[in-house]
Amino acid sequence: MSTIVVFVEQSGGTARRASLECLGAAHATGSQVVAVLTGEGAAACANTLGAAGASKAVVLTGTESFSPDATAKDVAAVVKDQAAKGFLAAASSTGKDLAPRVAALCDAVLFADCTTLKAEGDSFAVTRPWLAGKAIATCVSSAAVFCATTRPNVFNPVTDGGSVEVMEKPGTVGGKATVVAVETKPAGKLDVQEAPVVVAGGRGMKDAESFAILESLAAAFGGRAAVGASRAVVDAGWRPHSEQVGQTGKVVSPQLYIAVGISGAIQHLAGMRTSGTIVAINKDADAPIFKVADYGIVGDAFEVVPALTEAIQAVVSQS
Amino acid sequence: MKIVACIKRVPATDVQAKVAADAKSLDSAGYQYMTSFYDEIAVEEAIKTKEAKGGDVTILTISSKDATKEVRECIAKGADGGVILVDEDWMNRDCRATAKALASKLTEMGAELVFMGRVATDRDNASVGPMVATYLDWACVTNVVELEVGDGEATAKRETEAGLETVRVTLPAVITCDKGLNEPRYAGLKGIMAAKKKPLEEAACEAADNQAQVLSLVLPPPRAEGRVIGEGADAVPALIDALRNEAQVL
Ligand SMILES: Cc1cc2nc3c(=O)[nH]c(=O)nc-3n(C[C@H](O)[C@H](O)[C@H](O)COP(=O)(O)OP(=O)(O)OC[C@H]3O[C@@H](n4cnc5c(N)ncnc54)[C@H](O)[C@@H]3O)c2cc1C
Ligand SMILES: Nc1ncnc2c1ncn2[C@@H]1O[C@H](COP(=O)(O)O)[C@@H](O)[C@H]1O
Repeated sequence: MSTIVVFVEQSGGTARRASLECLGAAHATGSQVVAVLTGEGAAACANTLGAAGASKAVVLTGTESFSPDATAKDVAAVVKDQAAKGFLAAASSTGKDLAPRVAALCDAVLFADCTTLKAEGDSFAVTRPWLAGKAIATCVSSAAVFCATTRPNVFNPVTDGGSVEVMEKPGTVGGKATVVAVETKPAGKLDVQEAPVVVAGGRGMKDAESFAILESLAAAFGGRAAVGASRAVVDAGWRPHSEQVGQTGKVVSPQLYIAVGISGAIQHLAGMRTSGTIVAINKDADAPIFKVADYGIVGDAFEVVPALTEAIQAVVSQS
Repeated sequence: MKIVACIKRVPATDVQAKVAADAKSLDSAGYQYMTSFYDEIAVEEAIKTKEAKGGDVTILTISSKDATKEVRECIAKGADGGVILVDEDWMNRDCRATAKALASKLTEMGAELVFMGRVATDRDNASVGPMVATYLDWACVTNVVELEVGDGEATAKRETEAGLETVRVTLPAVITCDKGLNEPRYAGLKGIMAAKKKPLEEAACEAADNQAQVLSLVLPPPRAEGRVIGEGADAVPALIDALRNEAQVL
């Protein structure tokens, strides 16, 4: 049986959802899964990973502040120690930063943002987007270690794995880059790429203040939704660029994407067309967004959104 | 300080994907090309850093000779020269082979600070920057939205799901640039004229020992035909019903 090493992101002992999905992707190939974790709470988190599909977990100890280059060296060493055939991380900010470094240390190519992973001979095959998802490539690699990152919200976590054997390993101290501070977002504010529901606004929202009604709609989902934006909105300075969805923003695939006052330009569609269900609210019945929407309402956002917020609140409070 | 900005020539963002007859690559007939969006931000940051700290800026790309246009456009904004590592098959060079060739050229150039884009908008790898840094054993910060360069060190802020991270690095370093870091300038007429006289070196790129192999390329399945539920706020109950009972997302 081949082994896949998975870098698991955690904070305060809880694994990031995208990392659990990544463990699920590795487990589903029938490989033995070895998790690597670092940071405060890593040991506590490691003990919970058996159910999530890991049979071993390596906890890097003694590292005080996170260094991506030092961590990459430690992770690559685990890949080598375990004679792993694969290395995976979530395609999160941390995973996308770390995985290319680990791949380079293994002198292997990396496949980023994969949407499927399967065993192929004694290696693996993935599908991944080109041109922000306008085309989908199936790829294999001749590298000794198959390295990939998995797109959040695509793979299913495992909850009925087995037991996990936890090991400790002293981590490398003193990297060339060190994280010295993190300005955390207000509690409960989800990232647009990780949220199961995205409420996105476009130029049709008229101004920055009017996004308050989209914030309320997002809040109605009870902590499951994030606010997103079109580039027109970000360029106008109404919303931060971290919320931009599209080819030059973030590619998202939430279960539910609600586009409000967004026309549906090709660069925007590239960033959200793989969403589970798409709802469009636009006053122009001919807006291209309706071509990709499962459900559309033709109407004024300022009339439809408050009514929708009330209706969602009612549904969520019932369940 | 020897500053380099790496740019990639990519298809314009409004192109439609069409699969070529080999069912493994894009049919690029009729494509327009551009400097990848984030690389414009990298070029701007390189020039700003030179203006603040001194030194010179070179634009570096692995591409076909057609990239002369894009490289000249970047030089016109205030860089001092450009290098094209010529590879007619640059679109099929994988991120590792790209990073290796860039890393050896950067060593030869004596680069000390290298700016790249967060991601090139063709293959969406977001990998070349940290891979180059790893091959060079340099520091690297990705997705940078704020940067302060000091003497032999720099402090960068990067956007993550958790919030804004502050990262301190020792130089030399690779910085991958995200939207928000700066507003790229336009080249003036003077810059465009001056760019014609600045050195643009063409050199053969080291052979690509690609590990990535594409088995097939397909267009995403079209989304199932949707429907307009109705008009205005009156349509909300029907939408809720569809989301609950049909789509089952509520
Ligand atoms: C290189 C490049 C990269 C790009 N990358 C991206 C990207 O990553 N993401 C992105 O989004 N765009 C991107 N774009 C921009 C893209 O081409 C569009 O310009 C942009 O998406 C338009 O944003 P919008 O839909 O908010 O605005 P508009 O196109 O102006 O649409 C506004 C919509 O709001 C509707 N409306 C107006 N008032 C109301 C109301 N009261 N109620 C309901 N509806 C209303 C209108 O009918 C219209 O459909 C890129 C462009 C280029 C050139
Ligand atoms: N062929 C290339 N020539 C020069 N720089 C490149 C090339 N490919 C990628 N890069 C740089 O690496 C960044 C990230 O590219 P990628 O990892 O392919 O998404 C780009 O924004 C460029 O700065």
